[in-house]
Amino acid sequence: MRGFRRLIIPYLIWGVIFILIPMLMIVFYAFVEKGNSVLTMRFTLDNFLRFFEDSIFIEVLLRSLKIAFITTIICILIGYPTAYIIAKLKPASQNICVLLITLPMWINMLVRTYAWRGILLESGLSPEMKVYIGMVYNFLPFMVVQIYTTLSKMNKDYLIAATDLGCNSRQAFMKVTLPLSIPGIISGITLVFLPAVSSFFIPKLLGGGSFVLIGNLIETYFLTAGDWNFGAAISLIMTIVILISMFITKRFDHEKEVDNA
Amino acid sequence: MRKHLPKIFLVLVFLFFYLPIIYVVFFSFNDSRSLTNFTGFSLQWYEKMFENRTMMESIYYTVVIALIATVVSVIIGTITAIGLSKSRRLVKEFIGQMNNLSMLNPDIVTAIGLMIFFVTLNIETGFMTLLLAHIIFCIPYVILSIMPKLRQLDDNLAEAALDLGCTPFQALYKVIIPQIKPGIFAGALTAFTMSFDDFVISYFVTGPGINNISTYVYSSVKRINPSVNALSTIIVIGVTVVLILANVIPIIKERRLSKRLKMQ
Repeated sequence: MRGFRRLIIPYLIWGVIFILIPMLMIVFYAFVEKGNSVLTMRFTLDNFLRFFEDSIFIEVLLRSLKIAFITTIICILIGYPTAYIIAKLKPASQNICVLLITLPMWINMLVRTYAWRGILLESGLSPEMKVYIGMVYNFLPFMVVQIYTTLSKMNKDYLIAATDLGCNSRQAFMKVTLPLSIPGIISGITLVFLPAVSSFFIPKLLGGGSFVLIGNLIETYFLTAGDWNFGAAISLIMTIVILISMFITKRFDHEKEVDNA
Repeated sequence: MRKHLPKIFLVLVFLFFYLPIIYVVFFSFNDSRSLTNFTGFSLQWYEKMFENRTMMESIYYTVVIALIATVVSVIIGTITAIGLSKSRRLVKEFIGQMNNLSMLNPDIVTAIGLMIFFVTLNIETGFMTLLLAHIIFCIPYVILSIMPKLRQLDDNLAEAALDLGCTPFQALYKVIIPQIKPGIFAGALTAFTMSFDDFVISYFVTGPGINNISTYVYSSVKRINPSVNALSTIIVIGVTVVLILANVIPIIKERRLSKRLKMQ
């Protein structure tokens, strides 16, 4: 069957060309001076300095992180009880509920966000509140599904054992159910925080032109201002910030595991 | 009251999920342009939608690209997954990491990467770049869906087929592929929905005049355009019908089967 090994060769080449090279090109552009061609290659750190020297850019970065962070917290606070309640229903009702939650996800994100625009048009809410509603709306289903999956796979014997050993239902939840569902929460966080940081159409459609997040900056520098070098530097900074956040979240997960052991 | 609290909570959450969908459907029948006042019933936005050429084209491009991207990514993904299951660890790791990079990257980063790539190589953006980008981001998901099925596969089956005189191609076609069919099907479904729903990547790699539904909606919301409500309603109805059929047909089949078994 070793002959089948050769089947990966086309995709190996494909991946290098269409996945790796574009990523390397972003890095390359971020470190190159504006307006020179690929051939002259004048390297510089100016694009990064420009970002950190201007308080407006830092403000936008911090705002994006804050919005993504609060969105994630709200999604956990609403998503966990929802998943928990669903997991306690009869199996047939559970399936219907999961279907009802995933159904809106099949309808175009843009279309759903567009609908919120109409609903919130005369609500008098601040742009920031509108953006929160749009973000929670778009990303909450991911959180619910992730937590529901871990809760429904959980071995119910642990709960029975806990109550047999004298836990009341509250203690059983805090000491058994919650710790066992942490992996679901963690993967939920990944699925909410990551797209929330980089989202750019939600703030644009719901926040009006004045509410700018880091995704909007990238969009502007690539499509309107035509300054790819600076745009590439911003997206590199964003990627690094996201990687650090994910690293911290994963650490949290491991500490929990050690605690349980 | 306390007993009903969870149910009330659940109903409120579902209401939140369905509010914008109900809203869009409702206002698609509105008589006026307003998105806040319902002035009377009319089908004018549906008429306007069918008369709007860019809008109809965007539906056409969305469907055509989703179909082609699904077929191509399923073919490349299946071939690669089968190759991967026989590969050395180093190669497996490398391709796995590359796919992770593609799937975990924020969409906007993938999007600008491809945009820089196409423009630097002087490839004119348009239908072909849009299609190519969709194939690129779909393949990793197809591989991800097929790999678990390949891991469950008994290696001896393919060996046996070769011993019994199959050519490697026949072994692939007659033994391996039928066994991993559920994985291929799941991969195709994921690829289709990913492509159908995509906005961010399409927005950056498409060229002038080529829109899918997402980029069309994005470009037309600057002014209120109730035809978007009509378009959304049609998508909502389409998706609902497909999902109901997908969930009901297996139940009906099962019932028929059990009836037949009882009769025997």
